[in-house]
Amino acid sequence: MGEFEVHRVRFFSYVPAGVRCLAYHRRTDRLALARTDGAVEVYNFAANYFQEKAIPGHEARTVEALCWAAGDRLFGAGLGGDISEYDLERLRVKRSVDGFGGPIWSMAANAGGTRLAIGCEDGSVKLFHVVPDGVQFERNLDRQQGRVLCLSWHPSETHIAAGSVDLLRVLDVGSGRTVQRIMVNYHVQKSKKRECVVWSVAFLSSGTVVSSDSFGRLQFWDWERGTLLESHTVSTSAVLSLAVSEKEDSIVVGTSAGATYQFQLLPVKMGSQDKHWVRTKPFQHHTHDVRAVAHSPTALISGGLDAQLVIRPLMEKMQKKGYEAVLRKFTFPHRRLVSSARKARLLLFQFSQHLELWKLGSTDESGKDGEVLPVCRAPEHLVQLKSKGPEHIYCSCVSPCGSWIAYSTASRFHLYRAQYEGDGVSIKKVANVPKLLLPAYQLQCSADSGSLFVASDQGSVHVLQLLEPGGCKHLHTLRPPSGTLEAVYLLASSADGNWLAAASGDWEIHIYSLKRFKHHCTVPMYSCAVTALAIHPVTNNLVIAYSDQQLFEFSIPEKQYTAWSRTVQNSGLHRAWLERDSPITHIAFNPKNPSHILLHDVYMFCVLDKSLPLPDDSASLMNQSALKQLPETARKRQLHAFKICKKFQPLLFADLLDENCLVMVERPIMDIKTQLPPPIQQKKFGT
Amino acid sequence: MVAPAALRVVRCGGSKLHGARAVFSADARYLLCTSGDFVKMYSVGTEETVCMLQGHADLVTGIQLNPQNHLQLYSSSLDGTIKLWDFTDGILIKTFIVGYKLLALYALANCEDSVFAVIPKSGERDSFQLVSVKLTKTAGQEMEAKELSVILDGVDESPKHTAFGREGEYVASVKEVNLQVYFFKRKQMNRFSLSATNTKGGNNRFTCVACHPKEDCIATGHGDGKIRLWRNFCHNKEYTFSTLHWHHDIVMDLAFSVEGTSLLSGGIESVLVQWHNGSDCKKDFLPRLGSAIEYISVSSDGTSYCTSHTDNSRDVKTGLVVDPRTKALVLNGEPGHLQFYCLQSDKQLYSLDIVQQEYIHQAGLNQLDLVKVAFSAQGKWLATVEEREETDLELQLKLWVFDEETQSFKLNTRINMPHEDHITAMCFRDRDEFEDDSPMLVTAGKDCLFKAWVIVEDTDPEAQQSVSWSCDFVGSYHNYQATNCCFSEDGSLLAVSFEETITVWDSVTWDLKCTFCHPPGKIRNICFGRLTCSKYLIGATDHGFLCCWNLLSCALEWSAQLNVLVLQPDPLSEHIAAVSWLSKDSSLFVFKPNKPRPICIQRNLCKEKIQFAAFVPRDIPETIVSEKYLWLRRSQLYFLTNTQELMTFSTKSPEERLTPSSKQLAVEESLPMTPFSLLLGKHRQQSQEDVDLGKVVIHNHHNQDSPAVKELLHTPAHVLPSASFLCPIFINSLLTSKESKSAEEIADEVEMESEEAEDDSDEERDIIEMEQDDLRPMDFLGETTCRLSKSQEKELRKIRKMDYSWISSF
Repeated sequence: MGEFEVHRVRFFSYVPAGVRCLAYHRRTDRLALARTDGAVEVYNFAANYFQEKAIPGHEARTVEALCWAAGDRLFGAGLGGDISEYDLERLRVKRSVDGFGGPIWSMAANAGGTRLAIGCEDGSVKLFHVVPDGVQFERNLDRQQGRVLCLSWHPSETHIAAGSVDLLRVLDVGSGRTVQRIMVNYHVQKSKKRECVVWSVAFLSSGTVVSSDSFGRLQFWDWERGTLLESHTVSTSAVLSLAVSEKEDSIVVGTSAGATYQFQLLPVKMGSQDKHWVRTKPFQHHTHDVRAVAHSPTALISGGLDAQLVIRPLMEKMQKKGYEAVLRKFTFPHRRLVSSARKARLLLFQFSQHLELWKLGSTDESGKDGEVLPVCRAPEHLVQLKSKGPEHIYCSCVSPCGSWIAYSTASRFHLYRAQYEGDGVSIKKVANVPKLLLPAYQLQCSADSGSLFVASDQGSVHVLQLLEPGGCKHLHTLRPPSGTLEAVYLLASSADGNWLAAASGDWEIHIYSLKRFKHHCTVPMYSCAVTALAIHPVTNNLVIAYSDQQLFEFSIPEKQYTAWSRTVQNSGLHRAWLERDSPITHIAFNPKNPSHILLHDVYMFCVLDKSLPLPDDSASLMNQSALKQLPETARKRQLHAFKICKKFQPLLFADLLDENCLVMVERPIMDIKTQLPPPIQQKKFGT
Repeated sequence: MVAPAALRVVRCGGSKLHGARAVFSADARYLLCTSGDFVKMYSVGTEETVCMLQGHADLVTGIQLNPQNHLQLYSSSLDGTIKLWDFTDGILIKTFIVGYKLLALYALANCEDSVFAVIPKSGERDSFQLVSVKLTKTAGQEMEAKELSVILDGVDESPKHTAFGREGEYVASVKEVNLQVYFFKRKQMNRFSLSATNTKGGNNRFTCVACHPKEDCIATGHGDGKIRLWRNFCHNKEYTFSTLHWHHDIVMDLAFSVEGTSLLSGGIESVLVQWHNGSDCKKDFLPRLGSAIEYISVSSDGTSYCTSHTDNSRDVKTGLVVDPRTKALVLNGEPGHLQFYCLQSDKQLYSLDIVQQEYIHQAGLNQLDLVKVAFSAQGKWLATVEEREETDLELQLKLWVFDEETQSFKLNTRINMPHEDHITAMCFRDRDEFEDDSPMLVTAGKDCLFKAWVIVEDTDPEAQQSVSWSCDFVGSYHNYQATNCCFSEDGSLLAVSFEETITVWDSVTWDLKCTFCHPPGKIRNICFGRLTCSKYLIGATDHGFLCCWNLLSCALEWSAQLNVLVLQPDPLSEHIAAVSWLSKDSSLFVFKPNKPRPICIQRNLCKEKIQFAAFVPRDIPETIVSEKYLWLRRSQLYFLTNTQELMTFSTKSPEERLTPSSKQLAVEESLPMTPFSLLLGKHRQQSQEDVDLGKVVIHNHHNQDSPAVKELLHTPAHVLPSASFLCPIFINSLLTSKESKSAEEIADEVEMESEEAEDDSDEERDIIEMEQDDLRPMDFLGETTCRLSKSQEKELRKIRKMDYSWISSF
């Protein structure tokens, strides 16, 4: 594997925002997720659960509800009082309409996806038509006291169930009248009476209304009679969320204690029609409130305030045990939040609203494998750059020499020139940046720090020339010949400054010649999302990692896949490699050893040695520790291309600074947990 | 009465009560438990043992009510027979010989002529199968039941590992980590298995299974304390289960309530947990049940639950001691408790908490354990020793004084570490005249010392008690371990054995008087002779010798070769009982110290080793004809085997022994049980008044008579009294009573002429009515009346009449 001096960085104090709501779209097999900071993400389940789109948040735009409507249009509503439609191609809010009912707590789309109902702070439920250019107000339904916290349409679209404090209402869509009022805290003793919040509600086609409340109950009501059919006490704390499967035979609920439960509609006796709801599987994957749950046909999906998205496949729905039936947990974004200045040994950390520039520490000692070296110069926090305005940062980058820092928000692009005098650093904003089509989705500096590539929408990439002592010029805009609506989200430039590769949201990779500012070629289309791109500094081969864990090597000069790539495709990758569940987020190369490719995902760091044979399924993929035990001769025989190190977890970023110096940015989950508010106190046995 | 009077060994208690789940009778008034080879019936109301079903030749492994007749009971045993009992009368109806060891028994309502049993698979060790046994319905006491059909293979032997589901639709059986469910109608078998350990290292092994009585739901208990509720198990793939977790260690047993709305679970934490509606959130606890729960059973009316615990299989370390005050046998009970066991009623009188620490079950945690108990002669003082073996020994000697006010023992003195090592023996000075002023306790320990403890006046004015115990003398002999100690009858001499040597000390001056030894054997037991034989000291060595020394001459009087395990003097006579162990069985020798020839020899006492023995004084000296058994006249000998069976000797025939309990049953039967029946009693009185006033006479009578006839026709023929007895009842029930008589008059007449037919019918009717309220057929009365003599009958009736008038006054 080779020995490296590793900078083990743990000072990136990134805290992902909690999950606020989820919306699963059956037809496209995508999951929309909104975080508490207003960010919206879309996960593509078909593409191996890759986080395909990410729309950064906005201070004033919290999202309380998300829903898919009118095909695959995504709508969100929040406490700002607006209904927004998201532009999933340009990754921004397309348009917003004021609900005129104060903060919006809930939103639900009807089965056909033609109408949206919103529940507002003032107690009103409003209907909106989904029209091609947004939404249009249709009518107000009966208004009553108390904010409407949850809504659910009857599948026949004739009635809406609305939950608020202490109360559950059923509204007739045609007349707009309240046709049933159900007091949910009716059964509670007078002495114990406190506010009972209906956190979530679902309307089943049988006419049963399912409600979950702050008393920890899941209750089933007959809406016509207003009677309680079944009541299940799930938890001592509140049940915050519930979701029903499409067949209406399974319900998933999430509680504020971090547990999720599945309820199933099971026959009481074999073969009888008499069925009842039974609490079956409990899962404790979260430490904090489970604010959102979703039910896909094969899995239970939950998102909590601990920022985790958990996808728990249902065993009985799986054809076979194995990779498909494995639990998946996502905490970190599938994007790069760190950029490094290799020459200047700087790291730039991207937070939601600010950037931090750190200088790496150094040591003057050397040691053996596994030793921790004493630091003679501690890492230094050089600069904190705060972004102005309510918008969150889309992307950022630092040039290899460390003197240029660029970042972009939804509406602004900022470029800074940093000057280092001794230990101090001065930052100067570059004025007169060219007016670009914003936002920028990815920023990349060329290896000589002479130009900056700005990924933009419609597949275009802007090339800016960075001028000393602090200026820039728009050189050219590269556009794909075919034209696309999707934005570019990954960039890779070659070390010699000749080539630029850009991957857009439709998963096409275009290669441009920077000499002539011309489209060079297109990498053959592959049916999966691109997760990382890099161009080899020596051979100018483009290495591509896809979300299904496949690796391709494409020779740019020859415009075709390399021979190695073909052998990889022919022999296939190791099963253990393909069954990892986090995507490769960064690719680097070792200029001294051209056959090495350095890859990493959240749980491992891998040196891929192209000169060695590929492992077959019978060999162990993670054989580094086993190899150490073997004598020299036997070791030779066991060697294979994948040299994997799992020492650093969870790994947010890894890069090669120079020949034998690596930087690893870790973010231990425990450190995140300590930054979160304390969870609900639960007595643990034995403590 | 019966002349030959052969001495019989009779089991009178002890033995495991937890061979199988206890069973409630259909009306939940009786509880049937297996107890060794017997089945015992307890009254739920009074906790008395009502009767004992004996007949099996080996351990009873399962009992089930006959689903067709709730007054009958099936029992299975390792002796390969299934017996059908009429348990209310204690009559064996039928014996079915199966021919295999039966390890568990199940009966189903919809399988009229067969029961299910777990038997070992022939030819394979440790492999068991569930079979259905066809029970032929032919006349005769004994019959073969060889028609077996295998239902499940590879089941576990424990009765808890198999359960029958709702209406006998399916059977669920667990073994290791596999659950198999067999559906009878569809002949389909589904298997589910868990991984041996889960991700958190819990033990997924199944420990018990129970089926929901109304729904398709199976509850399984696991080794890590989880309970899984399986549903939808008719699909091999879409099955599902939910988990309930409270127990921290093995779930020992599970039971659903009658309607299945709640689930009861018990583990070795000795807490009974009631789960409502299969929810994790709603549960009730019944903590501190004493020790691990082995079985749980539920009565069919849902009012009572029964938990069988493992505690009566605990090691009895204290030995058998007789409380001089209550004449109860005192031994280890619940952990850290002393139980006072009444021999006459086979019942625990009360339990004294000695350790006074909550018993916490945890693997590897050593609890304080009670090891020695001694009473002073009049029962005023009680001394207990408890120990805990951790890295170093923890010992406590406690002295308790009997408090007359509360009628229980009160802690007087607690002595930490009375000895540096285990206490081997402890005795009080048994001198009656010194009881009040100077009681003395001697303890002998493995730390080579014996210590004498006496009462001293407490000088501390703030102390609660005026007296407390303190050490008076410490003796040792050549640094040998002290193994036994014993006071002579008058309390003047103390004998302490040190390995091979017995030392005799003057208890006043603490001079070493003399020493005895019988090398090379170490001394195992010593005791002084009593009354006329008080000059003798008896010792038994582990080398197989029983020696008798004369204290006056300090010489060996006689010795005999006998491997004595237990040496027990009778406190009321000169007799000494010695129990010996000869390779395979125990024998009893009773002798007087003055003669080397035993008075009585009883060989082949039992196959187990006998651990302890005790003479319990009789209240009334028994009249024993045979000279050979005269030693049993004033006190009775009880002994405890290492399988915890309490045995005694009896000269009476078994029938004689049984009668009192049957009598008791009959009396109990006429007792009104519930407030409901009290209410109805009032109603009856009112209707009687109606009769007096001449209103709705005929209507009333029809109301009351028809059930009588019905009962007559519905009671099984074999429990009915003779036809001649029934005839007048029947005839009288059809007659109209004289309207001119008032209720009082009737009562008077009843008392005066109990033979009168009028009274007969009246009384019968009352009882039948009462029985009808309880919705159970009545049959005891006939049976008992039949057996009792005329005079007894009269007496009984009087009792009943009295009872009745007392109720009516309510």
